Amino acid sequence: MGRITLTNIDRAYNKLKVLHDINLDIEDGEFMVLVGPSGCGKSTLLRLIAGLDKPSAGSIEIDGTDVTTVTAAERGLAMVFQSYALYPHMSVRKNLAFGLENQHMPKAEIEERIREAARMLEITDYLDRRPGQLSGGQKQRVAIGRAVVRNPTAFLLDEPLSNLDAELRISTRAELAALHNRLKTTMIYVTHDQVEAMTLADRIVVMRAGRIEQIGRPLDLYNAPANLFVAGFIGAPRMNLLSAKIVSVQGSSVTLEGPGGLTATVSADTASLKVGDDVTVGIRPHDITSIDAAASGEDHLDAEVTLVEALGPETVVHATIAGGLPLLAVLAGQPVAEEARTVRFRLNHEKLHLFDANGERVAAG
Amino acid sequence: MSRVLAFLTRRRGGKGWHWTDIVTWAWLVGGLIVMFGPALWLVFSSFKTPAALAEFPPTLLPVATQTVMVEGYDKPLELYRATTDDGETRTLAQIRRVGIIAQMVDPRDPGTVYKININDRVPVRSVDFATENYVEPMEKNDFTLYLRNSVFVTAIATIITLLTNSMAAFALSKYSFRGRDAVMLLIVATLMVPLPVLLVPLYSVVSTVGLFDTLWGVILPTVATPTGVFLLRQYMLTIPDELIDAARMDHASEWQIYWRIILPLAAPALAVLAIFSVVWRWNDFLWPLVVLSSKENYTLQVGLNTYAGELNVQWHFILAMTVVTMIPVVLVFTFLQRYITSGIAGSGLK
Repeated sequence: MGRITLTNIDRAYNKLKVLHDINLDIEDGEFMVLVGPSGCGKSTLLRLIAGLDKPSAGSIEIDGTDVTTVTAAERGLAMVFQSYALYPHMSVRKNLAFGLENQHMPKAEIEERIREAARMLEITDYLDRRPGQLSGGQKQRVAIGRAVVRNPTAFLLDEPLSNLDAELRISTRAELAALHNRLKTTMIYVTHDQVEAMTLADRIVVMRAGRIEQIGRPLDLYNAPANLFVAGFIGAPRMNLLSAKIVSVQGSSVTLEGPGGLTATVSADTASLKVGDDVTVGIRPHDITSIDAAASGEDHLDAEVTLVEALGPETVVHATIAGGLPLLAVLAGQPVAEEARTVRFRLNHEKLHLFDANGERVAAG
Repeated sequence: MSRVLAFLTRRRGGKGWHWTDIVTWAWLVGGLIVMFGPALWLVFSSFKTPAALAEFPPTLLPVATQTVMVEGYDKPLELYRATTDDGETRTLAQIRRVGIIAQMVDPRDPGTVYKININDRVPVRSVDFATENYVEPMEKNDFTLYLRNSVFVTAIATIITLLTNSMAAFALSKYSFRGRDAVMLLIVATLMVPLPVLLVPLYSVVSTVGLFDTLWGVILPTVATPTGVFLLRQYMLTIPDELIDAARMDHASEWQIYWRIILPLAAPALAVLAIFSVVWRWNDFLWPLVVLSSKENYTLQVGLNTYAGELNVQWHFILAMTVVTMIPVVLVFTFLQRYITSGIAGSGLK
């Protein structure tokens, strides 16, 4: 079992408060990713869960038992560190055995567990080498192996892929996902890379400045970001965020006007909206469907193209809307777009996101 | 071998001599003489007899006038090349000297006595190492005992120094507690207090706890060194905290973290401190001199002092035993110098 519950967690260093009232419920077997920009408190939160640091207020429960004051060793968790933190003076085998020896496990069982973990992670061949003689990817496996042999209630992973090169990162990511499928153990994974979060997570926690902005399944965050921060953070390339004004309110939709001649009617809960309100409209680059000079009526927008990146299957168009606002469009195929020309983009108005003046999402009507 | 020679004799000027070659060679040879000359002088002098030491002008190599046993005389006689009245040059043994006239005999013909002006004879001399300078103090004067005391003091003090200093350094580098910086500052500040200032209070402490005239009285006051704590702490700061976090997750107790993680990783710094400690304790003179009063407790350095009396200084013994006391330090420097340089570079100490 590995159900972890955080209730009203605060953490302050002297007067500096880095975590504000964190409430989080992680299910057994779940792959939970904590994501956010650097300094948002995600690593601090992981250290609190690990027991390497104590919360200033609030409680941490593992499987219903309050472990807030329990030491790191007694919590039965295993951690993989960003720098791997392998003991440089011990062989790989000793690294794996260290935690088990400290628990006075019989030698035969230690051997058995190491053999099993080494086979699973394909590190059998270099069990007798020192960490200094291993490549980055191999060290990464050993670091994970050191967690696996412990047979923990949950794995805590602190940016484990950030020291790997791009190619290795992708393959290791897939291996981690496979490992989670096989072990079915709770994993809490900290990263600042939203792609890792999207690809690995069962659920994602988006954090900013010590607060949780949104918790949800990856596609829920992508399709319905709760606020401007999540909208801008999840999804690559970033969502275009344009300020707009409401010009009319119908029963369950509003019509708004924005820069570049944008006019759109968006389905929205109109309870809190009235004509003249400032809002922000979000358009993902992939939801700009085409360049269409003949577009008329609603759902189009004029912008001057500054850069065209033709990638083959899709074309990335950088543009600026009158007034200097940047706009990014990812168009399918290889449409003709010339730089330094003003063109008209057609939008998919069903995929528009509406945020109120406070930056909170306005639900669909 | 030829490549080594080619390397050593390589010149900037190629076949000729560039002026920098000359300056370099002059500088290096001059440096060698300045640095190594005194040590060489000490070693050669330690093999001289007291008479040779007193000689002026001095010789570099230990030389002694040759002697020979001549029939009819109890003591060995000194040999001279002498010019006799008839203008012949022969090797003669001197029986006695009266004024400027020396009475001499031919060792092969002891019957005839020659009378020779002392200006007409030159002593027959050859290089002769007076090994008795070494053997005598070792056998007759307790130098082996002093040696044993010195080894004991050096070894035990170094072990305790490493243990206590590394513990202090561990706490000061890896734990955060109130007043940590103040403690560190205090420890480093004691670097500024010289031993002579502490001599009297230390003496009274040592004497009160009953360690006066014991080797432990020499060892214990010296084991906590601010230099050592500072050096080790600076090194331990470079050991990543994540390793300690990892060890904590791995059920390691604080002692295990210290003993199994920190100590092995601090080995280079420990080696440096060990070298320093050995050299310090081995060469220590003032403090052992204050604490030790009975001869059987003397360390080498204090023992050496016994040859310098008020009226009579036995230079030949002092020189020989100085060479003996230098040997371990020289060995330490020879074999561990790369640790010393890395340690100095790493800590900014010397």
